[in-house]
Amino acid sequence: MATERHDAGPERGRIRVEGYDAAATDDREFDTAWEPTLQSAEGKGRLYYAWRRFKRNRLALAGAATIGFMTLCAIFAQPIRVPEQVPVLAGQLVQPVALAPADPANQEVLLGHQPPTTEHLFDWPPSMLHLFGTDWAGRDILSRMMYGARWSLSIGFIAVVVALFIGVPLGAIAGYYGGYVDEVIMRVVDLLYAFPFIVLAIAVIAILGRGYWELVFALIVVGWLAYARILRGEILSVKENEYVTAAKALGATDRSVIVRHILPNAMAPVIVQATLSVGTVVLAAAALGFIGLGLSPASAEWGVMLRVEQDSMARGRWWAGFFPGLAIFVFVLAINLVGDGVRDAFDPQGEGGGRFR
Amino acid sequence: MSLRRYVLKRLLITIPLLLGVTLATFAMVHFIPGDPIDFITLFTELDPETKQQIRARYGLDDPIYVQYLDWLANAARGDFGTSITTRQPVTQEIAERLPFTLLMGSMAFVIAIVTAIPAGIAAAYHRNTKVDQVSRVAALLGIAIPNFWLGLILILVFASWLEVFPVLPPTGEGLLSSEMIVYTLLPALAIGTGSTALLMRLMRSSMVEELDKDYVTMARAKGLPERTVVGKHVLRNSLISVVTVAAIQVAFIISGSVVVEIVFSYPGLGRLLVNRVRNHDFPVIQALVLIIGVAVIFANLLADVLYAYLDPRIRY
Repeated sequence: MATERHDAGPERGRIRVEGYDAAATDDREFDTAWEPTLQSAEGKGRLYYAWRRFKRNRLALAGAATIGFMTLCAIFAQPIRVPEQVPVLAGQLVQPVALAPADPANQEVLLGHQPPTTEHLFDWPPSMLHLFGTDWAGRDILSRMMYGARWSLSIGFIAVVVALFIGVPLGAIAGYYGGYVDEVIMRVVDLLYAFPFIVLAIAVIAILGRGYWELVFALIVVGWLAYARILRGEILSVKENEYVTAAKALGATDRSVIVRHILPNAMAPVIVQATLSVGTVVLAAAALGFIGLGLSPASAEWGVMLRVEQDSMARGRWWAGFFPGLAIFVFVLAINLVGDGVRDAFDPQGEGGGRFR
Repeated sequence: MSLRRYVLKRLLITIPLLLGVTLATFAMVHFIPGDPIDFITLFTELDPETKQQIRARYGLDDPIYVQYLDWLANAARGDFGTSITTRQPVTQEIAERLPFTLLMGSMAFVIAIVTAIPAGIAAAYHRNTKVDQVSRVAALLGIAIPNFWLGLILILVFASWLEVFPVLPPTGEGLLSSEMIVYTLLPALAIGTGSTALLMRLMRSSMVEELDKDYVTMARAKGLPERTVVGKHVLRNSLISVVTVAAIQVAFIISGSVVVEIVFSYPGLGRLLVNRVRNHDFPVIQALVLIIGVAVIFANLLADVLYAYLDPRIRY
């Protein structure tokens, strides 16, 4: 009927619509034209623009490159074999490269590259053979640092990721539902926040004892608090947006409202915090190692290396303590640069205020 | 809301938090796997009868809430039991070391405030110049540097190479003897650096924000000397956020002192805590954790009250 009228031209008193092809409208298939996708275009756009801004930040890129370099050093320091517990592949070589100039456990000087002298029994100052010198037991410090990065870095990344998986859901639930649940979760957060970072970690270690996973667990217990608190605050403001009401009105489940609509808009500060926490966690792990409550003295974790060389520094054998500490310093510095870059990328207008507690 | 009412309200919120902290500290011991008796007797083999006697003496047979209330009542009276390692009253051990940690902590705090605020003012006033750049780099380095490594380097440079500071703390000297104060300088510096860097940047950003406000233009237009504009009007307003963050630094300084006291073999609470964790001396650990938690809660309370006092808008 409509086509007919169009072809015949407008009758008297009717408005003629120009540039409108009724035939095209009739041919359109209505139900396939639009489909909601899991990741909305808006969310992709935000990450895309953040990445573009991040790429232009030279300091942040330098930080990222440093972290990448240290990670590669850690991975390629020594060959990696599949652990014995894995059934079929046990003992297989996964990563054959050995970049470290010496075996970190090998007591080079003892075994005879250079004869020990009276003032330098085992510990040799930096030389071409041992770039960063050797430690009290005659082990190559550079190799130990590369190997030790495995401990420090893996603790940092694992603890932050797991803490995110605890803090983000709890913070989201507290912020979204409010009321009783919110009270309970946030009172727990407040309570644990009453103890400084290191003290809480020490308390957990006092209960569990020392060891790799105990240390990681202690850092997780301390770490999730910040994410839960930040995300909750962010969600309180995001959930007032109209699109959230719209999604609810359309009958979206709570889960999908939180995951698809609220979280993408509330995660930026949490991501910034998580980036910075990798540094805080590595620093805390090293501090715990240094005071003797972290990994075992046999491991080459950077804090532990400093601990065993504590006296050397006072006696003037600077290299033994200088280089492992420098590794911690450089890593934390790089992480902070990346974290600042991520913050600027997500929030170009804002200027970062206090982020330490 | 008057300030007094605000403080009262804030105090009321603090009470459940304080109780929570005591509960968490008490519960700590009950999370340890194994029999608490073993830690008291240091894992010696005992016949069941003796074990029973010890249980009764430490009240371990009572229901858990009775144990908690007993512990809380004793703690409120300043009695944390006896140390398992030294068999001395916990309170006495803590009281011996507390002044040293207080001395070091307050020195760190003073160092941070005295350097951070002028430096932050300079950076804000000369923003986007060389001065600002230097302060930015210094802050980046100061925040990232591990305090224990900084401590070791200070020892290396000042005690080992220049020999102007002693390597070990003076023994047998009083707390406020000049030797002790000189010795405390290096650890205080190691702890204070992080706070200094943080407060300096905060001071800078808060002051930059104030400098852009209309009243500054107005004051300058009136022909007030620059010294009055910055020193009187801008400084006061920009100090508000810095003061509150400075109060929160108490937690940061406590964290720092735990680690730095080990570096300098400093006879304070931090080293006590670490040593006793190694020896599983739970009465001491509990008492220290509780004291630290309560101290941080009161520091945060003080920060809130200061903020409300300085910026009356907060009270509503």
